Amino acid sequence: MTGNLLEIRDLHKRYGDVEVLKGVDCTMAQGDVISIIGSSGSGKTTMLRCINMLEEFQGGSIRIDGEEIGYETTGGTRRRKKEKEIARQRAMTGMAFQQFNLFPHMSAAENVMLGLVKVKGMRRDEARSVAEKWLDRVGLAERRDRFPGQLSGGQQQRVAIARAIAMNPKLMLFDEVTSALDPELVNEVLQVIKDLARDGMSMLLVTHEMRFAYEVSSRVIFMNQGRIGEEGNPREMFLKPQTERLAEFLKTSTFN
Amino acid sequence: MGYTLNFSAVWRSFDQLLMGLALSLGLAFVAITIGCVLGLVTAFGLLSKRGMLRHPARIYVTIIRNTPILVLVLFTFFALPQLGIRLGKIESFVATLALYSGAYLAEVFRGGLLAVPNGLKEAGLAIGLTQSQIRNSIVMPLMLRNVLPSLSSTLISLFKDTSLAAAIAVPELTFEARKINVETFRVIETWIVASCLYVATCSVLAALLRRLERRMSIPR
Amino acid sequence: MELVTFFETLWLARIPILKGIGVTVSISVLAILVGTVLGIGVGLALTYGARPLRWLVRGYTDFIRGTPVLVLVLASYYVLGTVGIDLGPFQAGVLALAVFCSSHVGEIVRGALQSIPKGQTEAAKAIGLTFPQTFAYVLGPQALRQVLPAWVNTAAEMVKASTLLSIIGVAELLLRTQELISRTFMSLEFYFFAGFLYFAVNYGIERFGRYVERKTSIPS
Repeated sequence: MTGNLLEIRDLHKRYGDVEVLKGVDCTMAQGDVISIIGSSGSGKTTMLRCINMLEEFQGGSIRIDGEEIGYETTGGTRRRKKEKEIARQRAMTGMAFQQFNLFPHMSAAENVMLGLVKVKGMRRDEARSVAEKWLDRVGLAERRDRFPGQLSGGQQQRVAIARAIAMNPKLMLFDEVTSALDPELVNEVLQVIKDLARDGMSMLLVTHEMRFAYEVSSRVIFMNQGRIGEEGNPREMFLKPQTERLAEFLKTSTFN
Repeated sequence: MGYTLNFSAVWRSFDQLLMGLALSLGLAFVAITIGCVLGLVTAFGLLSKRGMLRHPARIYVTIIRNTPILVLVLFTFFALPQLGIRLGKIESFVATLALYSGAYLAEVFRGGLLAVPNGLKEAGLAIGLTQSQIRNSIVMPLMLRNVLPSLSSTLISLFKDTSLAAAIAVPELTFEARKINVETFRVIETWIVASCLYVATCSVLAALLRRLERRMSIPR
Repeated sequence: MELVTFFETLWLARIPILKGIGVTVSISVLAILVGTVLGIGVGLALTYGARPLRWLVRGYTDFIRGTPVLVLVLASYYVLGTVGIDLGPFQAGVLALAVFCSSHVGEIVRGALQSIPKGQTEAAKAIGLTFPQTFAYVLGPQALRQVLPAWVNTAAEMVKASTLLSIIGVAELLLRTQELISRTFMSLEFYFFAGFLYFAVNYGIERFGRYVERKTSIPS
């Protein structure tokens, strides 16, 4: 079992009295591209955020490359790991957010460089050349000195992806990265993600873009009311849904 | 140290403090009422396209906002008589505070007027309202709601500024407190009670004004 | 009024006036420095403090903000002496202004930090920054841009509030002016003169604040 890149066991998450994740199990191998679909409130974003400890979780475990994330259990008591340790573990994954969350007071290149310098301890000139390489990869080489406020939404999201990927994470997490974009800007971002997938990047995507999920994923997970409702390869899932719920969900989704 | 708290002397003079508090509140309310009129006129001046109106308004606001209020208070009471303008203590202080609040309220009202969307004025024109009808039935009511929170905080800070009237011996709360302090030597008790009266009045004012805000807010 | 007499008198009184200006400047600078250091602590406690600490600090700021500055000055002057802390009027006054300043700066810092979207912290966490790093490179610099202009305004407030120390006998510019007036009876001229000096300093600070705001704004 230790060969898995990501291993989620019996994940439970509550907000007060509301249980949003009711025991999720999921494994993922190196190079997998998994799309998580489901209606809003099904727990898909929460699951993603637990993987890099942006959310606390009360039960179960998450391992990346065999290393337990966020908590340790010694002598039967479960304890949150030290903040510094969690920070180090978060750097193993990269994340792109729905709202981009670029640092508005830093240029595109500085956004990418921050983690390289402060977390990876790179020299500034070294970090700059890495940042420039990745900004070039997402097609923004000539915009590298622009500030986020001077970029379109699609460009901002591409910078945010470059910022995450430049940290050389083992696993990329994408949280509805196109939901806040104008329709005409969606494709430039999806194209970047497709290119990364082709290069063998392991990734977990929460998405509403069904056609994209169909094209890019090696596996699709359908979340339903805090549990995995159904999972499999995209072809089978979309063409022959096994459960009523998924069939219902797919009917209300658009494939454009 | 050897100081033991004993409030009895202060309680004996409590009526005096309450009278002082009442005067403080009165000064603040009269001043803000006059200040609102001044401020509104000045705000329209600030937004005017005509320099004849805009420049004097801007100068008034800039001078008042950059001068210590104590200097204004002393100037009005002690210096103006030299120009033949002789006012009683209370009148002089109210005039100063009104002039002072007018400058701050002018900026508040200006902001409130600017926050009314242009499209609403155009919509008014489109249904055939005149400029003054638009001002009275669209712009002003919306502006008033915009400025209510700032108006409340201005009233509260004016109430606190009434303490400066003590400098020209107006018997408001601070003046009375200082008198009791000197007469009874119950220093700590006096200032605890006086500042608690200020703090309590400020919170009551704030709570009342918040309720007013809620009642006037547009349902949505 | 005879201008010659005014300038003659001013020239004769130049030493006390200059000394007064010196005292005003030291009061303001000390109050701003101490108040800012305290205020940053207050702001951080209000934003990131554990609940009991937050309530304590909230109580402190609410009390200070509900009390007139003059009352703080008088209370500090009279009360500290009574409990055996022997400060002169200068120190007691500066302490009161610093406390007043700290509650203002605290609110400014809290407001700035809380207005930064949560996504910023999340994005910083996601690339593996620890909280101190997140604060140093992401939250702090963004908050600073918001804090600076408001902080410059607070500095102007402190210069204005420094006049209150004349009431407890600190020989700053206003008290020196009043002494001069009591000897020359030229109240109009010298109140005007003092007012003008304060105006000039504060107007300068205000312009500087605008300049700082332009300089630190984020390109968009």
